[in-house]
Amino acid sequence: MMKDFSTTAPPLEVHDLTVAYDRRPVLYGIDLTVPAGSLTGIIGPNGAGKSTLLKAVLGLLPLSAGWVKIFGGPLAQHARRTGYVPQRESVDWDFPVNVMDVVLMGRYGHLPPGRRPGRADREIARACLDQVQMLPLAGRQIGNLSGGQRQRVFLARALAQESDLYFMDEPFAGVDAATEAAIIDLLRGMKDRGKTVVVVHHDLSTAQDYFDRLVLLNMRLVAAGPTAEVFTPELLQKTYGGRLTILSDVAQALGEER
Amino acid sequence: MSGFIPPFAWQRVVVQPWTEDFNVSFWIVVMGFLVAAACGVVGTYLLLRRMALVGDAISHSILFGLVVAFMIFRSGGTMVMFVAAVATGLLTVGIIEFIHRQSRVKTDAAICIAFTTLFAAGVVLLSVAEMQGPVHLDAECVLYGEIAFVPLDPAVEVFGLVLGPAPVVRMVGVLVGLLVLATIFYKELLVTSFDPALARSLGIRAGVWHYGLMAVLSIVIVSVFEAVGAILAVAMLVVPPMFAAQLSDRLPVRFALVFLHAALSSLLGYQLSVWLNCSPAGAMVVVGAMLFLLAWAVTRPRRAAFPGWTAPS
Repeated sequence: MMKDFSTTAPPLEVHDLTVAYDRRPVLYGIDLTVPAGSLTGIIGPNGAGKSTLLKAVLGLLPLSAGWVKIFGGPLAQHARRTGYVPQRESVDWDFPVNVMDVVLMGRYGHLPPGRRPGRADREIARACLDQVQMLPLAGRQIGNLSGGQRQRVFLARALAQESDLYFMDEPFAGVDAATEAAIIDLLRGMKDRGKTVVVVHHDLSTAQDYFDRLVLLNMRLVAAGPTAEVFTPELLQKTYGGRLTILSDVAQALGEER
Repeated sequence: MSGFIPPFAWQRVVVQPWTEDFNVSFWIVVMGFLVAAACGVVGTYLLLRRMALVGDAISHSILFGLVVAFMIFRSGGTMVMFVAAVATGLLTVGIIEFIHRQSRVKTDAAICIAFTTLFAAGVVLLSVAEMQGPVHLDAECVLYGEIAFVPLDPAVEVFGLVLGPAPVVRMVGVLVGLLVLATIFYKELLVTSFDPALARSLGIRAGVWHYGLMAVLSIVIVSVFEAVGAILAVAMLVVPPMFAAQLSDRLPVRFALVFLHAALSSLLGYQLSVWLNCSPAGAMVVVGAMLFLLAWAVTRPRRAAFPGWTAPS
């Protein structure tokens, strides 16, 4: 079942986005449009600003310049339609909550302040846990999970958000092969249901298989488009090769000048 | 040694406080429990957010706010105290964040700069105020508190019903308010503590909840000031949640354990203070720390003492 998106604004539109840490620019003038129903991978070398791009788009970092539109408007207007899967290391896994508690957090965006998740929310959370084969571990403390299981919990939480646009930060990092296969199945299932998924990815060898669109990033946008057009030796060379170190040298010099 | 530690006389240490001196013992133990419980509930969130040092900072810098409020309003009424506490608490957190953002100073150093400066300013102002005339703000009381004076405070009467000493009644109000807020906003506090980035992407503003928690923390600290003072308040913020964290991996159970710890440390601490003729507040903290050590020793081999309490896995 495909929705008709031709008349609606694209899920994500970024124009001239520039981000600086401590006055040292890490992303320059990014222009990007992500079409609805696509599975987009963001790839680039370490320090290319892949995670920074996600955080900037989600309003977690201040922009130095440019703007971001989510479904044609500001993020705050569409917070419910936007899901986020942070890097696993970004949270404290000793936190006193169990798997179910974490997945229920995905429902919080749908509840007014002061309202707790109810029976219907629990049902949704159970269904989402079932989709990632984690339902038997619903009551387990999150500290007692393996890396792959933790990632599945985060994905179940994202599913529970029932969003239309998802941002995922390195969901494949450090997971076992079975989890990796489960995650990619899940992402394809989401795409088939008309969801838009943007994934930060670090593994070049799988990028071509996993994503139908790619964004090549190295502090500035190298290329963005269908995988077949973008995943070429020239553009990859341009993304990972020596050319762009000139830019980072400039950034370094700017940083030292302070 | 025998001259140093008084003999443990059952009659004097255990019987007398609960017969002849019942009114004094009762209110001290109740106050001790309320103080430890209120601090423990807020402290649980401080520990989860790795902000124990901020509790330390606010408990000291509040002296500055209290003295300023006292000089302006010439009164130590509850509302004046609360407003002064919240203002100073938020000012402290604001200064810490300002220093951290505007310079290369790391957070821990920024915390120390902010609160020691405010505390020092408070000490200076207090001396000035004391010289100018009768000021009912005692430096010693601010630092160490005196829970033993609590039963001496005039009792509060509502419609002819005698409720108890004013500080105890106020502390009940603070604890009940705290529990109501913690219950209503459980999910907001949970998600902003666990995953602030997710919270913000959900439209829950982590910053607002951060400052809200700091305001509540300031009110709790100022209301326990009279009883335990600035220094022991920090212990009360940190020790009960640490005890609870040793024994359970579930947040609701941790809150229950905080209350258990508060009751035990208050009662046993009071008995210890009667036995040794020492400060009840100090003895309560010592007992509280012992309880933590006990919990730690018991659970050392595993993470949780009572697997049944951590929900089946």
